[in-house]
Amino acid sequence: MIFVIIVGMVLVTMIPRAIPALIVDKLEFRDWVNRWLNGIPFAALGALIFPGIMTVQGEDPRIGLLGGLVAIGLALLGLNVILVVFGAIITVFLLSM
Amino acid sequence: MEREAQEASLPTAKDMMKKGFIVGFPIMLGYLPIALTYGVLAKQAGLTLLELVAMSVLVFAGASQFMGANMIAIGAGAAEIIIATLVLNFRHFVMSLSFVNHMRDIGLRWKVPLSLGLTDETFAVSAIHKDEGKKKYGRYFYAGLILTAYFSWVFGSLLGGLLGDIIPERLSESMGIALYAMFIGLLIPSVKKELKVGLIAVVAMLLNYVFGMFMSDGWAIVLATVIGGFSGVFLLKEDTR
Repeated sequence: MIFVIIVGMVLVTMIPRAIPALIVDKLEFRDWVNRWLNGIPFAALGALIFPGIMTVQGEDPRIGLLGGLVAIGLALLGLNVILVVFGAIITVFLLSM
Repeated sequence: MEREAQEASLPTAKDMMKKGFIVGFPIMLGYLPIALTYGVLAKQAGLTLLELVAMSVLVFAGASQFMGANMIAIGAGAAEIIIATLVLNFRHFVMSLSFVNHMRDIGLRWKVPLSLGLTDETFAVSAIHKDEGKKKYGRYFYAGLILTAYFSWVFGSLLGGLLGDIIPERLSESMGIALYAMFIGLLIPSVKKELKVGLIAVVAMLLNYVFGMFMSDGWAIVLATVIGGFSGVFLLKEDTR
């Protein structure tokens, strides 16, 4: 039974990921479509950050938000992504003490 | 001398792979604690070690695997679980379309396996480094970054299923911010370069928040990404791909 579930999950995750790779060479997009596709990463980043970040610490949405603010600050200073990540982890660690 | 300098400036396949590993490192940091938690949870849900690792190897989609394990634990049917997975992962279709649009020079033999390695995180990092795709051996860059994420995920799941939660609870809870911080760390430099990019992200955030009140997280993220990305049509400059 679990095997059937896994096979099904594999198909429904693989197919949506692979179809664009298989068809893109046959498609020539208009400029606005290219601009739309170029906007996708930034929209995806936005949607992935918020409101999910408020669930980092189940009880208190402020902890995730504060961690996010520290990450914004560190990133604005021009620090490398790894340091931004460490800074946010330490912030949340200290706040949840 | 001049020739030497020129040769040194041309990265080899190995250099590109290493570069991919370096930019993929924050994903590893984020994935390990999540994969461990998944391993523990899946074990509790009644999956064997083989089944839970096989799921990581073959499905490689964090949110879906958590949901799958949860649904198996409460005794949901196969069809129900598979449909829920499709909904949750449909966003990868949109992401993949954006990803491969920058990889037209890369052959199908590479494009298809690379696109199978797309997750929210590998997509986000790849998209921020989209210029690598035009370089020679750019495919090795993406391969390095995706393999780093993939092996962290599989290895973390195995450890979780085998050893249980080995990271102290408070630390692993704090590490829950890692991927969000990575997304922020990827977004901010682009916003600094072009403020409009931040507007696209904020539009998507608000849309996701509003849609989240009416529908499942899977649909909310897909719609917020598609519609939010659409604001790029008006905000972004012509792209000479």
